[in-house]
Amino acid sequence: MIQVIFWILLLGPLCVFARGPSSMVKIDGGAFTPFFNKDKDGKDVPIQVESFYLDVTPVTNSQYRSFVRKHAKWRKSKIKRVFADDSYLKHWKSDLSFEKKESEKPVRFVSWFAASAYCEAYGKELPTIVQWEYAASADEKEKLATHKEEYRQKILEWYSRPSIDRLSNVKSGKKNYWGVYDLHGLVWEWNLDYNVAMVTGESREDSSLNRNRFCGSGALGAKDKLDYGAFMRFGFRSSLKGNYTVGNLGFRCAKKIESKK
Amino acid sequence: MKHVLAALMALGLLSSIGCKDGSTIQGEEEAALTFAPNVPPPITRKHPTKVVVKLETSEVVKRLADGVEYTFWTFGGEVPGKFIRVREGDLVEFHLSNHPDSKMPHNIDLHAVTGAGGGAASSFTAPGHTSKFSFKAINPGLYVYHCATAPVGMHIANGMYGLILVEPKEGLPKVDKEYYVMQSEFYTKGKYGAPGLQPFSMRKALQEIPDYVVFNGSVGALAGDKAVGAEKGETVRMFVGNGGPNLVSSFHVIGEIFDNVYTEGGSVANHNVQTTLVPAGGSAIVEFKVDVPGTFILVDHSIFRAFNKGALGMLKVSGSEELEIYSGKQSDEIYLAEGGTIQEVEGKKPAPQVAKNKEDRIQFGERIYKQNCVACHQASGQGIEGAFPPLANSDFLNKSTRKSIEAVKNGLSGKIRVNGEEYNGVMPALGLSDEDIANVLTYVYNSWGNSGKVVSTGEVRAVSKDVGH
Repeated sequence: MIQVIFWILLLGPLCVFARGPSSMVKIDGGAFTPFFNKDKDGKDVPIQVESFYLDVTPVTNSQYRSFVRKHAKWRKSKIKRVFADDSYLKHWKSDLSFEKKESEKPVRFVSWFAASAYCEAYGKELPTIVQWEYAASADEKEKLATHKEEYRQKILEWYSRPSIDRLSNVKSGKKNYWGVYDLHGLVWEWNLDYNVAMVTGESREDSSLNRNRFCGSGALGAKDKLDYGAFMRFGFRSSLKGNYTVGNLGFRCAKKIESKK
Repeated sequence: MKHVLAALMALGLLSSIGCKDGSTIQGEEEAALTFAPNVPPPITRKHPTKVVVKLETSEVVKRLADGVEYTFWTFGGEVPGKFIRVREGDLVEFHLSNHPDSKMPHNIDLHAVTGAGGGAASSFTAPGHTSKFSFKAINPGLYVYHCATAPVGMHIANGMYGLILVEPKEGLPKVDKEYYVMQSEFYTKGKYGAPGLQPFSMRKALQEIPDYVVFNGSVGALAGDKAVGAEKGETVRMFVGNGGPNLVSSFHVIGEIFDNVYTEGGSVANHNVQTTLVPAGGSAIVEFKVDVPGTFILVDHSIFRAFNKGALGMLKVSGSEELEIYSGKQSDEIYLAEGGTIQEVEGKKPAPQVAKNKEDRIQFGERIYKQNCVACHQASGQGIEGAFPPLANSDFLNKSTRKSIEAVKNGLSGKIRVNGEEYNGVMPALGLSDEDIANVLTYVYNSWGNSGKVVSTGEVRAVSKDVGH
């Protein structure tokens, strides 16, 4: 009997792996106009997003602990300052411990370098801004819901709540069209190319930057001036550097779909 | 050797000249910052210095009104942000820290800065970080500062603004009391007074229809036991700012006249001003001597904001009465007015117009209607829904002539039903003559689909006049 359970435990995850990466869902590609994508005449420039896999939830503290257990150089006491600033994993008690209630909450106070290393260790990578924004444009019913007032108001209400004290476990909210949880309403998330969305910090000037390549312009260049949630995410990303760690910034991983030959 | 000495002396002379003209930065100090309604003390030094300003942005839940909370984004933990006071010519070294628990990055645009963005780009700060930049306070004046991180409107709407005073070299004239008053609006998802933690409403902000317009960050922040005070005979200076984000303030103190207003926070004083405009993202310095005791109400004289949205503060002036300047109420006597809206003047009364037939009654009645009735019941007798019942196709009118005559003759108050709708208002007795009542009712009965009845003077006379209680 014990042996049977053992085999189920062992094979269970393997079966999942055989179908696709565990705890990820496939996001079908499609045409998508990112928030800052306009040409010089002010017309939207849609991008063709390739299909990809995306983690269903942000990485939790307990998942992150498994990672640092195996990869000691990313522990609090070992990490090099160029890879993460002083507040790295500030909410953990020590290298491998944190309060029990934290285990299913998203990991935070992690740098871009640490988040990237985590994803890499599992054969994944951080989602790009376009991938993340594309997946996050869905509400519960539709792929692209950013034009809906309810969608916008919901996101604004998250910003209207205080930051940390009511942080929930992952999967506390509803899943979106793709089956993905917590893209809005829990923590900010790192992107692979977070630093190309150049808002200078002087948001009113940014429109004159004309950096189409980098999708980087402020109020005037935005596709949809009412999508305040997107404004804020782009603003937030621009304030970061790779070694910054922030109390409400976590991450999840994405994975390319290998083309079958 | 002599040359060296001469050179040294020359240098010494030069530097002392530098000191005398007051343009050389000497020393260093940390700015004392205050929350509204307090203002840091006047600057007494006669030279510019390096002033270190340390300000922290944080996102906090606080009271917006009784039972209503809001997540304020702040400079220093309160709305409005801390008051900064520097002197013309000072070198300001600004340290902006963003609290680690902040959700948002923040920055600061000080209108006192000469330089692109007013410091915004240089102070852009992620949660848990500190940015530093410096600027020279070249122009004296009272300036607004605010957060300019995208989306700017929302950062301001959530409370990120305050005032910085660049005091002129020669200082401001001495006064007895100085206060910091800043107006702003809040756009909440729920209506005014809807309880609980209220999220920001982007829709209302775009339409520029706030539910709250307040002084110093919340309803009542400057009223009751939080009122500011002065003694009779003192001079009061208010540093008034308007954070907006949208509305322009008509700043007024009820019962006072501003002796001096530095309009828009600049250098030129206007005198004897009743109400001064304070633009969104702008300021004004007002000064006045309080000559009489009492409670003086600060309002935005766009007056529904004051009494319905919260833009109301108080200045309590203590001291003995000054009856020569203001007597208070000297008597209260009954005032009896004859008639309604038609005033009588001394002299010969015009002879009453007597109608000879139905056409006359309608014609005279129309004139009376237009003078007495049209304001409420409207030109086509349609009334105003929920307030004034319709006279057109009116079941109330057509059912009982007597009741209609009573209404006009004696007034009407309390619940009535007209065409299926309930009305609960007051119609005053209009003091019309019986002849006029007969005419106006005939006009009404012969208009807008009513029965076409003619009301005679006799019928009106038969209804007894209610002489009051």
